[in-house]
Amino acid sequence: MENILEISRLKVYYNTALGYVRAVDDVDLAIKKGEIFGIAGESGCGKSTLAKAILRLHSPSVYINGKVLFEGINLLTLDENKMRKIRGRRIGYIPQSAMNSLNPIMRIKDQIVDAMEDHGLIKKNERKNIDSKIGELFEEIGLQKRWINAYPHELSGGMKQRAIIACVLSLQPDVVIADEPTTALDVVVQRGIIELLRNLRDKMNITLIIITHDMGVQAMLCDKIAIMYGGKIMEIAKVSECFNDPLHPYTKMLISAIPKLGVKEKLKFLSGSPPDLRNPPKGCRFYPRCPVAMEICKKKEPILEMVEPGRFISCHLCGKGANS
Amino acid sequence: METPLLIAEHLTKDFHIEGFIRRRYLRAVDDVSFQIRGDKPTIVSLIGESGSGKTTIGKMILGLIRPSYGKLLYEGQDVVKLVKKKSLEYRRNVQAVFQDPYASFNPFYKVGRTLIKTLKKFKVSSNLDDVIRESLEFLKLRPEQIMDAYPHQLSGGQLQRVLIARALMLKPKLIVADEPVSMIDASLRASILKLMLDLKEKQGISIIYITHDLSTAYHISDEVIALYRGRIMEMGDASSVIEKPLHPYVKMLIESIPVPDPNRRWKENLRLKEDTSETISIIRKKDDQRNYCIFKKLCPYAFERCSKEKPELAEVEKNHRVACHMY
Repeated sequence: MENILEISRLKVYYNTALGYVRAVDDVDLAIKKGEIFGIAGESGCGKSTLAKAILRLHSPSVYINGKVLFEGINLLTLDENKMRKIRGRRIGYIPQSAMNSLNPIMRIKDQIVDAMEDHGLIKKNERKNIDSKIGELFEEIGLQKRWINAYPHELSGGMKQRAIIACVLSLQPDVVIADEPTTALDVVVQRGIIELLRNLRDKMNITLIIITHDMGVQAMLCDKIAIMYGGKIMEIAKVSECFNDPLHPYTKMLISAIPKLGVKEKLKFLSGSPPDLRNPPKGCRFYPRCPVAMEICKKKEPILEMVEPGRFISCHLCGKGANS
Repeated sequence: METPLLIAEHLTKDFHIEGFIRRRYLRAVDDVSFQIRGDKPTIVSLIGESGSGKTTIGKMILGLIRPSYGKLLYEGQDVVKLVKKKSLEYRRNVQAVFQDPYASFNPFYKVGRTLIKTLKKFKVSSNLDDVIRESLEFLKLRPEQIMDAYPHQLSGGQLQRVLIARALMLKPKLIVADEPVSMIDASLRASILKLMLDLKEKQGISIIYITHDLSTAYHISDEVIALYRGRIMEMGDASSVIEKPLHPYVKMLIESIPVPDPNRRWKENLRLKEDTSETISIIRKKDDQRNYCIFKKLCPYAFERCSKEKPELAEVEKNHRVACHMY
C-alpha cells in the first residue's frame, strides 16, 4: 500500500527565553493508507507537537524544518490558502481536550454545518435541508438523531467526544489525527470510542493517527506504533511485535509500567524524569534513565535503523549496530 | 470492637432538576450503606463509571452537601450536625484531595502562602514552618523550591503532591481523594499511588479513593465498592471483587479495561448505553423506591424477577457482597 503521509527529518523547536526547546528532533515516519498508527510516550516527549506540526497549527515563532509529505505535497511549504483546503477537509484533527472544543453557545448541528459550508461541501441555500444528513452521521457514530439540535452542555463527556468525531467526519477527511481521544473518559465510554474508531477505519478506510500515553489503548486500537522519547523516535513496530517482543529498553519500561489486574505486585513506575529538551543529553537521549546503558550511549547518538521489515529501532544495544 | 470511623446507612441523595409543581429529581445516590473500620487504617475505593454517584458520596462525607435520606456517622456522630457545630474540627479530621490540582490552588498566591493560610485557619499551634517542611518532605518534595513557586510553575505531579501534603499537615484521620491521579501522566501515576499507600501505612490515615480506574483501585485499596447509577452493585475485599467479579456490571467494567495484549479484542460491541443512562436515575416522586434492578436494561442475563424486585446485597463469600438476583 502507498504511504499517505511521509514525514522526513522533521524538526520543531520552540523558541523560549532560555533557548530552543527541541520538542521534535529529526523525526522520520511513514504512514500507510488505511492504517491506525499510534504515537506513544510520556508527557513532554513531543507527540502533540508532532501532530500539530503535520497540520501546521503551531504559532509562527516556532522553528520548523523538514518535510511533511501528504500525497506527495509538502505541507510545510504550502501557502496558507491551499493549506486551509487540506486542514480539516483532508486531514481532520481531534484536539486534546476535545470535550472543551465545542462552542458552548451554538447548537452542535450549526457548528457542523458552518464547517461544511466553509469547505464548500454544501451551499448556503441547502442549509435547512441538511438535518437528515447530519442525523445519519450521528447514528453512524452512535448518537441518536435528536442530539443534533442539542447544545454541548446537554451532552455527557462521551457523547461530546462522539459529537466532535461527527464534526471531523462531516468533512470526509482521509486522515484523522486524534490527540488523547479517550483520556478523560471512564473505561466503559473509552471502550465505546475505541470500537467506534476501529469501525471508522474498517468502513470508511480512514487513516488514523492516535496519540496517547496509555499503552493499553494503543494495544487495543492500533496496527502500528511509534514510541517517542525526548523528541525522538525510539522504536517503530507493529503492535503485536511491540507488545510481545519489545526490543528498546524504553519500550520495555513503558509496557512494564502498566498496572496489571489479577497479579498483586509492587507498583512499578518509571524512575527519573524526561530530559530537559533545551539541552538534551549528548549521545542517546534515554541513557540517563536506561537500565542497560553502555559507554557508547553517552557519546554517540544512535540512529533509527531498520532491524526487520517494518521495524525500526534507535538503540546501540538492540539496533543493527549491536550485531556487527 | 472499636467504633467504625465512618458509617453510611441508607444514604440517598436526590437533586431537584426541573419542574416547579411537577418536580423531577435525579437520584444520584440510592440507598448506599457501608462502613469504614476504625481499628486500623484502610483504603476504600469507590469505583464506577461517570454518573454513578461516587463523587456525590465523597461530597456528602466531606459535608459539602447534605444527604436527602439516610445517615452518615463519623466516629458515631452525625456528620450533618458535626459540620454545623464543630465544622473546623471535623474538616481537620476529614480532608479532601481533588482531581485537578491546577484548579485547587489560587493562581495568584505562592504555594507557601496557601499552605500557611491553611495552617493558620485550622489554628495548628506548633511551628508552622516545621509542619509544612515535614509534610512536604514526606511527599518527596523540596520545601525550598515549592514554597516560593506559583502554582503554574510546578508540574501537575508536583502540584498534586503539594495538595496531598496540604491535607497531610493537618494530621487528618480520613482523606477523601476524588480521582487524584486521572489528570496525571501514566508514568507519574504510580508514584502518587505509592505515596497514598505510605500515608496509610506510615501516617495511619484512612483513604476513600474515588476513581473509575479499576486497575489502580485494585493495586492500592483494601476494599472496593462498585457503584452503578447510585446503587452499590458489588462490594468487598479488593482482590476478591476484582479477581472474581460476580455482578454482570462489574464484569463489564473489568472487561473494558484496555490491556496491553494486541491479540485480545472485545468480543461483541458494547450496547449503546448513553441514551438510556440519562433517564434511568430520574424520578418523579421523592418516595419512589424503584423496586427493580437498575442495571436490567444493559444486563445480558436480565430475567423477569429483575424488573419486579430490587436485589439486595447478599454475602456470597466472606467479605464479598453482591446485589444481583443470580446469586
